[in-house]
Amino acid sequence: MRRALILYSSNPIYSQLSTTRAPPGYVVFPKRDGGWIPPSSSYQPPVFRMRNYKCTLPPPLGSASDSVANRPKMASQDEQDPRISKISSAIRVIPNFPKPGIMFQDITTLLLDTKAFRDTIDLFVERYRGKDISVVAGIEARGFIFGPPIALAIGAKFVPMRKPNKLPGEVISEEYSLEYGTDKMEMHVGAVQAGERALIIDDLIATGGTLCAAIRLLERVGVQVVECACVIELPELKGRERLGDKPLFVLVSSD
Amino acid sequence: MFAAENGLKGDPRLQAISDAIRVVPHFPKQGIMFQDITTLLLDHKAFQHTIDIFVDRYRDMDISVIAGVEARGFMFGPSIALAIGAKFVPLRKPKKLPGGEVIAEAYELEYGTDCLEMHVGAIPPGERVIVIDDLVATGGTLSAAIRLLERVGAEVVECACVIGLREVKGQRRLNGKPLYILVEPREIDGCC
Repeated sequence: MRRALILYSSNPIYSQLSTTRAPPGYVVFPKRDGGWIPPSSSYQPPVFRMRNYKCTLPPPLGSASDSVANRPKMASQDEQDPRISKISSAIRVIPNFPKPGIMFQDITTLLLDTKAFRDTIDLFVERYRGKDISVVAGIEARGFIFGPPIALAIGAKFVPMRKPNKLPGEVISEEYSLEYGTDKMEMHVGAVQAGERALIIDDLIATGGTLCAAIRLLERVGVQVVECACVIELPELKGRERLGDKPLFVLVSSD
Repeated sequence: MFAAENGLKGDPRLQAISDAIRVVPHFPKQGIMFQDITTLLLDHKAFQHTIDIFVDRYRDMDISVIAGVEARGFMFGPSIALAIGAKFVPLRKPKKLPGGEVIAEAYELEYGTDCLEMHVGAIPPGERVIVIDDLVATGGTLSAAIRLLERVGAEVVECACVIGLREVKGQRRLNGKPLYILVEPREIDGCC
């Protein structure tokens, strides 16, 4: 068994924790001295709210040339789909995982909330249905959880983008940078055809390195990446900028 | 048991599913005929049939949790969970699940051991669970999954796999739990 490390963090995100608005059900509050009050009972569908999640729901997709106009304006959130706040509350934040200073966004609690999980998929499906998208590419491993239900609902193929040596048969691979060192992403040769329109799905965008590798892989074989879609964005890590001209759609933004 | 023996005999969907699975010889090593489900995921109709068959079976069995084995179990489990209104619980390789309390169950590989992990508290005791993976071979991984779930007091109703041998190590059950399998593995004709 492992327990979460309780370490004080000087991470600026940590210090922005909001302690207003206790939600119903049970709640985990950060202590002022930097500790962490663990849940006192077993894991209910938690309502961990560490910060104010902002909804970013830009206008529906038009053609690919709408991409610039579709960039969400983070500063003004006039409308929020009512499903978003439940989705955001269902995501558990784990401090100091995988290492001190990182606030890990844990979507496994979202998957335990059947309505919120359903709503998550519905929000993506509503956006992408009828847009002539034939490929949903999901990034290992949490992209495999969200991608296939979306692909099935919009009538698209699901293509897994995997870590090295997992895919049998012929693959193409793309190297990408990590904080220390590099990693590699692979896709099956022949899974997609030139000219197809694709989405790329992952649970979260941080620096954007993984998503960029996936974009490059698909573009190398002539696929048009229409949009990248994630449940969560960490805007401080500037992944959106790293995607360049590729649009990004997220449900919740954590800053 | 096979779907064909359990009400779906002659169902054309099973043939479509079997045909959509690609066999890759000698992966990951000589002698193994790898059953590649990624081609099934590219065939939207056959992929939909796969999910539909599991959903039809489990919809009225009062199942509250689908537990999917990393990583190919993640490709099938969530769609089934969403359709039947169940939770999805990922059973993961070591060190992937963040924070909180995690329990682990080791299992044997051909050489060495591996480990499956789950969040403690993800499943209250007594809930009815289906374990899903793409394929059952020796049953090692699924046995570990069953043990993990039973340790937290969940009731494993059945293990569901797209592909599996008629008998796993001479048994039709795994840790006493029934197996539900859609298709058998294929060989490639004329291959060594």
